Amino acid sequence: MGIISRAFHGRPREPDAKLPPGQYLVHDFPVLSAGPTPRVPLDRWEFSIDTAEGPVHRWSWEEFLALPQETPTVDLHCVTKWSKFGTGWKGVSLDVLMEDVESAAEYALAYSYGGYTTNLPLEDLLDGKAWVVHEFDGEELEPPHGGPARLLVPHLYLWKSAKWIKGIRLLNEDWPGFWETAGYHNYGDPWREQRYDGD
Amino acid sequence: MDYQDGNALAGPLSEIFSLDVTVAQGKCAACGLRGPLAQLHVYGPDPGLVARCPSCEEVVLTLVRGPNDAWLDLRGSVSLRIPIAE
Ligand SMILES: [Zn+2]
Repeated sequence: MGIISRAFHGRPREPDAKLPPGQYLVHDFPVLSAGPTPRVPLDRWEFSIDTAEGPVHRWSWEEFLALPQETPTVDLHCVTKWSKFGTGWKGVSLDVLMEDVESAAEYALAYSYGGYTTNLPLEDLLDGKAWVVHEFDGEELEPPHGGPARLLVPHLYLWKSAKWIKGIRLLNEDWPGFWETAGYHNYGDPWREQRYDGD
Repeated sequence: MDYQDGNALAGPLSEIFSLDVTVAQGKCAACGLRGPLAQLHVYGPDPGLVARCPSCEEVVLTLVRGPNDAWLDLRGSVSLRIPIAE
């Protein structure tokens, strides 16, 4: 009986279907930083979307909070190999922010207070895949985690979810951002382990 | 041909990269401040080392270390002045 049950229970465990290759699960929320944490007063905060061809779309903090809000619960995958499951956010879908923006652009460059940038195909920001969030776990988003507001693009490695977001520039050509020009992958799909340039 | 291929860099660069580069004098591309690399403000190490100018906080250099490669990006330095003992 012992042998049989050991054989029965001893099959290799199914890999966790929610954990991308090479990742491990954490329960805290590590903070990685590439510079000083910007402190952005809300009365001077502004988010904008600009294009090569049309007018700049701008939102003040009050205007941003007045937009329809969503509360996505998503898994996060950091390129430094930690993943965190079931994180709860509140913010505005990029589909809402892009509603009145007309552009033929295929690429986006997110830029932040403090100077950080990251690039991604525009389609990765649309169709319910990305948000600008201002609450985490029911609380206002703390500056170390990107507050007052950060980009959230959970299907890509977390460096694409720019903290302290200030705006998005729509571009006809891809324009690699901060980490993408420093050795990291241009796209960053955790399920294909696109960590470094050339992966 | 009026140039050599990059193999001509091997000797001169190996001399420099074997030194303690923290004593090298860097010049910030953003504000022009000169100073030893040891005075830069360094963030990281993950996802990469980011060294910033102590005066203007602009990025002077980044160093990303992967399992098989390292990427050194001197994007924000005009030059490095490296003392070489005779
Ligand atoms: Zn400087």
